[in-house]
Amino acid sequence: MADTVLDPAVPDPPLAFTQDQLGWAPWLEPLTEAELTDTHREALVDRARAASPYFRLLARDPEILRTRTRTDNDIFYNTKDGLPRAERELAATATSRHNGCVFCASVHARFAAHHSRRPEDVQRLLDQGVEAPQDDRWRAVIDAAVALTATPSALTAEHIAALRAAGLDDLAISDALHGAAFFNWANRLMLSLGEPTPAGS
Amino acid sequence: MSQPTPDSTSRVTDVTPATEVTDVTDVIDHLVGIAPGSRLDQVRRRRPDARENAQASYAALFPAPDAASGVTGEVTPAERLAVAAFVAGLHGDAAVTGFYADRLAALSPALATAVATEVERGRTTGPYGVYPGEGPLAAESSRGLQYRAGDRDALGERLAAALTHAHLLVFRPREASRAALATLLDAGWSTTGVVTLSQLVAFLSFQVRVVTGLRLLAAA
Repeated sequence: MADTVLDPAVPDPPLAFTQDQLGWAPWLEPLTEAELTDTHREALVDRARAASPYFRLLARDPEILRTRTRTDNDIFYNTKDGLPRAERELAATATSRHNGCVFCASVHARFAAHHSRRPEDVQRLLDQGVEAPQDDRWRAVIDAAVALTATPSALTAEHIAALRAAGLDDLAISDALHGAAFFNWANRLMLSLGEPTPAGS
Repeated sequence: MSQPTPDSTSRVTDVTPATEVTDVTDVIDHLVGIAPGSRLDQVRRRRPDARENAQASYAALFPAPDAASGVTGEVTPAERLAVAAFVAGLHGDAAVTGFYADRLAALSPALATAVATEVERGRTTGPYGVYPGEGPLAAESSRGLQYRAGDRDALGERLAAALTHAHLLVFRPREASRAALATLLDAGWSTTGVVTLSQLVAFLSFQVRVVTGLRLLAAA
């Protein structure tokens, strides 16, 4: 039988950026938990992800899921020197806000708010967009993430200079750029393989 | 479908390359021009898993054809390189585009020509796209090119559908839809094939940005 597209028929889909904990419903059939082999489970890296329809859908091509997850984890969770977690999450949030990924932005806005303890500044980014006022250091991180998210890239030497002037060394700048680059990967999967569902659904 | 050729990818291998398309140990280092021991090499090696798995992701998406079975998943080597050359071309980075276009040309010169034509037809600036009209983001909606692959004879229905979808994901991912996936399935893509295709487009969107960003950092 030919494969078909799923219709999750989401009532009241989220239409605005939020820090609330949203759900996500797939448009293509994920593997069932019973179908997951050892190869699939290894690809999930974090075993708790077997409960997620998003990761069970990506598990249909386990090799790229495994290498993608390990890339993700080092960019965001390797906190040996470089950019603090809060600002890596800020780069992810700004990228998701600019591309229009309500789900990705919700997750990483929460992380950015938690690690920075600046939920109001994060909410302003969500409510007013990437141009909303921020302090100089967040301005530099957001502007670089947004410029790199443009297609073709609009990133210039001036963006790098602004990051340096804000106190970022080479490793921290590389972390910010990788955070933005990675969410150009994540946003396109999350936006195109399913849709967000309301908080508490 | 095209026959696999020995050096249609750039995985690390013992086989001596037979053409100008040479093997590359680390594609991002190669495309940025990062030499061993250089400042940027040292920066990248501070995030060793990210460095290794960015390369492993490339290797996963562009596998050397299995000599025993010829199996490369549900997406052929030519389809993978055609999508990559198209996505790289839309990003306008000459080094990344050349890397994939050269590999596609080694496999299928006709397809490489057809994809180059589609890149010219599809070129624009993003991200753009329309948010649902009844929502608070409607004021941020911006319209742009709604590309559809043109040369369906040269590309075939399956690849034409893939390039149309790739353009949607590159420039207006916020407009991705169930209908767009249905178009892919109608053109012969399986659910698993769509997952691989989506990963190809999304990975290229990452790789080209790492290259662009590190190149500027190297010069700064």
